[in-house]
Amino acid sequence: MLSLLWLIPALPLASAAVLALFGTKLSHRLAAFLGVGSIGCSAMVAILIAANFLSSPPPGNHVVQHLWTWMNVGGLTPEIGFYFDPVTLLMVLVITFVGFLIHLYSTEYMRDDKGFSRFFAYMNLFVAAMLTLVLANNFLLLYLGWEGVGLCSFLLIGFWYEDPANVRAANKAFFVTRVGDTAMVIGLFLIATRLHTLDIQEAVQRAAAEWPVGSGVAIAAAALLLGGAVGKSAQLPLQTWLPDAMAGPTPTSALIHAATMVTAGVYLIARTHVLFSLAPSVQMAVAVIGAATMLMSAFSAIAQSDVKRVLAYSTMSQIGYMFMALGVGAWSAAMFHFMTHAFFKALLFLAAGVVIQALHHEQDMFRMGGLRKHLPLAFWSFVIGGSALSGLPLVTAGFFSKDLIIWQAWAGPNGSAWFWIAGILGAILTSFYTYRMILLVFYGPEKSHATNTKSLAFAIPLGTLCVLSVVGGYINIPADFGGTPLLSKFLSGVLPSIEREGAASITELGTTLSASAAFLVGLAFAYLLYGPLKARTRRDDPLLRFLYSGWGIDWLYDKVFVAPVRFVAGKSTTDLVDYIYTGIAKLALLGNTALGLTQTGRLRWYAMGIALGFVVLFAVAVLIR
Amino acid sequence: MTLFALGLIGLLTRRNLIFTLMSVEVMLNASGLAFIAGSYQWGQPDGQIMFVFILAMAAAEVSVGLALVLQFQRRIPSLDADKASEMRG
Repeated sequence: MLSLLWLIPALPLASAAVLALFGTKLSHRLAAFLGVGSIGCSAMVAILIAANFLSSPPPGNHVVQHLWTWMNVGGLTPEIGFYFDPVTLLMVLVITFVGFLIHLYSTEYMRDDKGFSRFFAYMNLFVAAMLTLVLANNFLLLYLGWEGVGLCSFLLIGFWYEDPANVRAANKAFFVTRVGDTAMVIGLFLIATRLHTLDIQEAVQRAAAEWPVGSGVAIAAAALLLGGAVGKSAQLPLQTWLPDAMAGPTPTSALIHAATMVTAGVYLIARTHVLFSLAPSVQMAVAVIGAATMLMSAFSAIAQSDVKRVLAYSTMSQIGYMFMALGVGAWSAAMFHFMTHAFFKALLFLAAGVVIQALHHEQDMFRMGGLRKHLPLAFWSFVIGGSALSGLPLVTAGFFSKDLIIWQAWAGPNGSAWFWIAGILGAILTSFYTYRMILLVFYGPEKSHATNTKSLAFAIPLGTLCVLSVVGGYINIPADFGGTPLLSKFLSGVLPSIEREGAASITELGTTLSASAAFLVGLAFAYLLYGPLKARTRRDDPLLRFLYSGWGIDWLYDKVFVAPVRFVAGKSTTDLVDYIYTGIAKLALLGNTALGLTQTGRLRWYAMGIALGFVVLFAVAVLIR
Repeated sequence: MTLFALGLIGLLTRRNLIFTLMSVEVMLNASGLAFIAGSYQWGQPDGQIMFVFILAMAAAEVSVGLALVLQFQRRIPSLDADKASEMRG
């Protein structure tokens, strides 16, 4: 059974190829069947493999499948091979299962789009690339998947390419992540040259054996990998692309920019956690970056008016939580939050898609309102997803995963009280912006007419994700609650679990109570400021405008990076270098005229030319000898 | 050598295509003679074999050449090579 591993990424890839080549000739129904079916089959295979893996764990708790050697150049022999262990299992299950639900949803959401089969081709290609990323057993194959998901992200953000704004957003996403990817490639070069292998497990083992803790090379390698992770996961300072990426179709935002791709950075750091343990300063930087991004984007989220941008900033904020968890050494907490986040954020995006479609592509929350009666499905999805996001105590998945992170932010190996305070503050903000969004969209006076689409393709994914957003947390109930942290135990073979520290740090129960209080405070603020007691209008003051623009980071980058380049480019349109190139072109034109004169069309001149040329060559040959 | 030079001069000065072809033949035969002489000089059979090849090649070349000349005569009612200088630059 485990030998079928290669099928998981191969099925979506094959379907993507068919859809890309014959997409325009396929009927609507067949394209949808192929696009959804391939992911469905892939999910089935993944579930079968997972069941097999759990019932009879292979030796060493991992499986390696070598397919073939990719290339063999100068001692570097990366292969096409897959590595399957508990972390991969979790990622693969989430990607295929959530991916399947989102594909199913897309059949309805994109039904009348003229790029229907193109959309599914991109989405399938994305899933294939993402699976390659998480299954890869060496860094080069991982990088192939890494760039593949970046490409699909670019293609899907610019999916409606007739609008220049979408194309600009796609370019921005591509360029900004490229900065991080470049750092990552340099990191891979460093690993390949210093450790003489690209196999992830081998590289990690050799690094642990050869590099002392805190050595320069370990810090460089970890920092460069962190650069890649920061770009892909939209963390400071490369976070500016994610809010603009919402220009893509909503299922894309759900799949790529919430559930899977943006968490690739979390996966990368978790996968190479040994390297980060070798570089404590970089690991500290991970935590600081995570906490800073989490707070910054949570503040930005409370000022947004576009429902998708609220969710985008919220995604950055939640990934900030995961980074903070990775930084303090709570590896499995990060993976747990990744899983629950994939469920509830996909749910929120899909529900937002239902609202947006019902209002004929209206995304401004201040023009929505009173939709509770008209869109019950979306309303309940929002309530459940939003509660999971803000951590409604005891009944939602987000509560357990976020609590674990906040607790370990203090109690973890590198934890400190500051991270704990940041986590609680973040929880207040999360709860505030989530309920602000729900109150604005679903309560208050009705502002526009909604046309409700009743479709199974909407109901099944939303329903399933609602259930998962509630029960997803129960696989990792903390011991203080009388449960067993199954997931943490399951992952403990790969990601070291945390030993309980002394009495100096806070107890889990204390964190839970504080987080629950934070949830209530946020909810209360939302109710007081945006509830029925208040006028529901957009307020305009400098602070909100500052937060709305994402702390003015875009403006800053525009002034610091874009403007100088434009200035230099403007100055150098007529420079010396140009003369060289135009000179070469002029010389070529001159030669053309001169040689054109010899083409007289007279046969005897040609014969003469041949004879003379021969004589000259002969003379040269004789003279040189 | 002299024979080859005669052929070359004929090729360059004559405008009539038939003469041009004949000049080419003269040049071919000159090279063939050179081969034969070489083979006699060094006592090797290779030169003679080469000459047989040249004969066969010349026969083929003449047939193609004459066919081209016939076509030329039909298109442009003349045998003057310089009349066919339409291609330029």
